[in-house]
Amino acid sequence: MTWVKQVGWRHLVGVLMLVFAMAPILFVVSAAINPLGTLSSSEIVPTGASFGNFSRLFADTEFGRWFVNSIVIAAVSSAASIFISALAAYAFSRRRFRGRRVGLLSVLLIQMFPQFLAIVAIFLIFSAVTDYWPAIGFNTWWGLILLYLGGALGVNTWLMKGFFDTVPRELDESATMDGATHPQVFFRILLPLVAPILAVTALLAFIGTINEFLIANVFLTDAGAKTLPVGLTGLVAGERNANFGMFCAGTLLTAVPTVLVFQLLQRYITDGLTAGAVKG
Amino acid sequence: MTATKLGGPEIQARPAPGPGKSPKSVTGALIKALLLGLTIAIAIWAAFPLIDNEAWIGLAILIATTAGLLHLYLTPRHIPLKYLAPGTILLILFQVFPVLYTASTAFTNFGDGHRGSKQEAIVAIQTASVTQVPGSQQYALTVATTGDPATGPLVFLVTDPVTKQVSAGDADGLKQVDATVNSAGRVTAADGYTILTTGQASLRSAEITDLAVPTAGGAIRSSGLSRAYEGRAGRAYDEGCDCIRDTTTGQAWTADETAGAFVDGNGERLAEGWKVGVGFSNFTRVLTDPAIAGPFLRTLVWNFAFAIASTGGTFVLGLLLALAMHSPRVRARTAYRVLLVLPYAMPSFAMLLVWRDMFNTDFGLINNLLGLDVDWFGGSASARLAVILVQLWLGYPYMFLVATGALQAIPRELSEAARIDGASAWGGFRRITLPLLMVALTPLLISSFAFNFNNFNAIYLTTEGAPFPADNPANGATDLLITYTYRIAFGGGGAQYGYAAAISIFIFLIVALVSAISFRRTRHLEEVHA
Repeated sequence: MTWVKQVGWRHLVGVLMLVFAMAPILFVVSAAINPLGTLSSSEIVPTGASFGNFSRLFADTEFGRWFVNSIVIAAVSSAASIFISALAAYAFSRRRFRGRRVGLLSVLLIQMFPQFLAIVAIFLIFSAVTDYWPAIGFNTWWGLILLYLGGALGVNTWLMKGFFDTVPRELDESATMDGATHPQVFFRILLPLVAPILAVTALLAFIGTINEFLIANVFLTDAGAKTLPVGLTGLVAGERNANFGMFCAGTLLTAVPTVLVFQLLQRYITDGLTAGAVKG
Repeated sequence: MTATKLGGPEIQARPAPGPGKSPKSVTGALIKALLLGLTIAIAIWAAFPLIDNEAWIGLAILIATTAGLLHLYLTPRHIPLKYLAPGTILLILFQVFPVLYTASTAFTNFGDGHRGSKQEAIVAIQTASVTQVPGSQQYALTVATTGDPATGPLVFLVTDPVTKQVSAGDADGLKQVDATVNSAGRVTAADGYTILTTGQASLRSAEITDLAVPTAGGAIRSSGLSRAYEGRAGRAYDEGCDCIRDTTTGQAWTADETAGAFVDGNGERLAEGWKVGVGFSNFTRVLTDPAIAGPFLRTLVWNFAFAIASTGGTFVLGLLLALAMHSPRVRARTAYRVLLVLPYAMPSFAMLLVWRDMFNTDFGLINNLLGLDVDWFGGSASARLAVILVQLWLGYPYMFLVATGALQAIPRELSEAARIDGASAWGGFRRITLPLLMVALTPLLISSFAFNFNNFNAIYLTTEGAPFPADNPANGATDLLITYTYRIAFGGGGAQYGYAAAISIFIFLIVALVSAISFRRTRHLEEVHA
């Protein structure tokens, strides 16, 4: 009876949520391997199996290029943005300085402006950048990465600051006593301890970037420079019903890198590393 | 991993070094020198185009920023700023600046027909009125581009029939170029230009027809894909009266500097105007135009309901799951976690489109599976229920992840101590765990609320705002302010960026106000850890 009370309900909640979580994904899987490849013929249980949609995706579109573009942009910008946010979160969590509270609030506030309405401004700004420095202009990886890094000091900084706050201050204070400099406190004491939150935010940033559509759509116009969302949405813009199988195949392949990143970070996320780390 | 080891015992074991003379400082100094060198290199690289274009203000900003950075990192003072500078510079360049730029357009009439300067409007009016008249100069035409053949900017390469001299022309005018010409006068190769094949050119024939290259007496336009003519402008600007005059009828449109348009005696405007400041008129329009103010309020109420339901619903669901999985006694925890987070791994833009098809009345998965015949997006209530359900599916894994992360940050000793002191599991959670969780999660909930308040994709990719009432096809039951704004400002009647920016400032103020209030109310939570 205590098992039901302590563990049983956990499984009940888990299983119920699994049904809700997996049904749409099964539908996509089924549509992706459906040999007919149309929307109207798709069911949740596959009615046949073939990899026709996948091979058509690689043969008829530039899916491979889109994939590489997406991976590079998402990986570089999420790694860089995590590092920049961690630096800022350290300052906000551990240092007391004038304008700290104002700084924290402005970071949150600036994120609340409807982003897509700034798209006209972003377009005009990058038209000038493309004239001056084509290497970071339209249709380049680096330009888009820089643009995404503009938001690095945002939600993730808050998320990390919240986590940094829960790491006992005694740890870095005693390290400072022992003669550690502030970069050493940051890189060698704090960062390893906050690995779980770095993993979580890295995952969130990666997912956010790989899904980003609106800015990428304006920024990347050359067929070879597109990212997955821009390319795939173009696929169903006209021929929705006929291309549905290909679209679902592309959706599944788009999910693969995210799942891999999650697998990679899973072990860091699982165990609370801060518990018991207080220096005696 | 070695993380725990690094944090604890290792440091304890290390002999205390003298102040400022730690073993790592050599490596640290090297990395610092490398990064500062890189900064200088980038600054020099960025300076050359600025010097070439004589952009002295830009150059001054670049030099000042670089000098500031060097100063910051070479002196021991301003430690917090050292950590904040990289993010802040990026934030100012790519976030604050675009937002300020957008906000400033809210006070102008910027949009379709009011894009550029008055001079540009005059050129556009003149070139648009160009017609072929007897005796027009004829050219051999080759269509080229400076970019991708399918999307790059178009350029006309025109060959003078007598001198065989080739000129390249776009909307800015003509300039001479060196090119190889065949016997028919058409260009076969030109430096810096990609010649479009007949197939590529015919795919873009509409753009080619629209392109007019301004010249002194009129403009060069295409007739077909291989010939061009230089026509005369039917309407010309007359500096004496500051007006546009029709050369055949003599009708005049006088420049109106407050409206940014050429207006004739009857108040009729020419379509092409220019950008002028309009003060607060974009803002007052939102409040006073009855066609906008009425639906604005109705949409605002639903907008709040949507944002609260999406944020609250995903939070409760995510937290419940995180708590359920936060026990070493749950078998297959890893498998659960991987599968439960899968919806978040799926690309959201694609899944929104898939969900829309799943709610389809006739062959949608939901009606099929449950044996229903509901017209989901046909009724207000069911459409609203549907979009919130989709949001729950898309959003709970995020809350699950962050709640899991936050739960792991709470020392187990705390809840164990509470248990020993006689608190029930629920009491311990409510009084110890939840307040600690809220410290870390409240800012996220607020920013999640802000995100959902403007969740454009969630509505645009599923219902597109439907269902619409019979009397107002512009404002649907599931429309958020942002999709509603988008339709008024960008859809149908042409782009009105100035007006759209004004509405977005309203939206920003509403969200900022709500966030400020909730911060004030939850401030006491921060004291828990102060």
